Amino acid sequence: MKFKWWHGVLVVALFLALLSPLASSSPDGLERVAENKGFMETAQEAAFEIIPDYAMPMVGNEAVATILAGIIGVLMLFGIVCGLARLLKAKGEA
Amino acid sequence: MHIPDGFVSAPVAATGCVVAAGFIAYASKTTSKQIREKQIPLMGVLAAFIFAAQMLNFPILGGTSGHLIGAALAAILLGPWVGVLIMTCVLAVQCLVFQDGGLFALGANIFNMGIVATFISYYVYRGSKFLFGEHRRRILVGGGLAAWSSVVMASIACAFELAIAGTVPLGVALPAMAGIHALIGIGEGVITAAVLSLIMATRVDLLELQKA
Repeated sequence: MKFKWWHGVLVVALFLALLSPLASSSPDGLERVAENKGFMETAQEAAFEIIPDYAMPMVGNEAVATILAGIIGVLMLFGIVCGLARLLKAKGEA
Repeated sequence: MHIPDGFVSAPVAATGCVVAAGFIAYASKTTSKQIREKQIPLMGVLAAFIFAAQMLNFPILGGTSGHLIGAALAAILLGPWVGVLIMTCVLAVQCLVFQDGGLFALGANIFNMGIVATFISYYVYRGSKFLFGEHRRRILVGGGLAAWSSVVMASIACAFELAIAGTVPLGVALPAMAGIHALIGIGEGVITAAVLSLIMATRVDLLELQKA
């Protein structure tokens, strides 16, 4: 298969997933406001958990768990969005 | 800025879901008519890139972090309606698989980061191109400004939802959310401009894709 430019973007996305353990674990903007303004405790637990907090469950090493979660998410989104786009295109031509 | 369940009341969450569903339905219709073969892989890799980039929280002041939303990139490269679909997929996977953002709050999150952020950045980008022309450096500034506005406006939408839900008064939520996201938005602007600059250096035709 010939290398196309978008293969490069997918490689970049996977590379970013490898960097994910380096991400800051500080609260984000909304969490910071929720903590400062005292409504953090109104947050509810998720009804179910699959890969909570971007860390593969059952993987001991935290960095590896995060990288795996990142790679799974990148591949899932690539697949889902390409699939959806093909579906919509087929629908538009029908 | 992913709202967890509990931050917004049931009526606000439900309204968010209904409004988001309407936009998604129209976005699907528009996209199915306009989409071309060439855009399919770009949509896929852009969604994958946005997901990965969203994982990379960067520190800002005071022990707080921010991350890319990516709506501006999607809107600038593929137009607002395709942008809505890409952001919806990213937010839905984050919610359903990674438990980032509440299940019932998904509609509100799609509204803020998938609809408000997408359309604001699209029109700010278009407006700046109209006002300042298509010179390379001006396009980068326009893209950065569009990205910054998208984050701030999404945070303002979020503040209104929190206030309407009765979680926190608007007078408290609005300055706090807009203030902190004015800082986070700088990151969004820099990353967006950097990616646009890379695209202009390598595949400038991609910037013209959604025009034709």
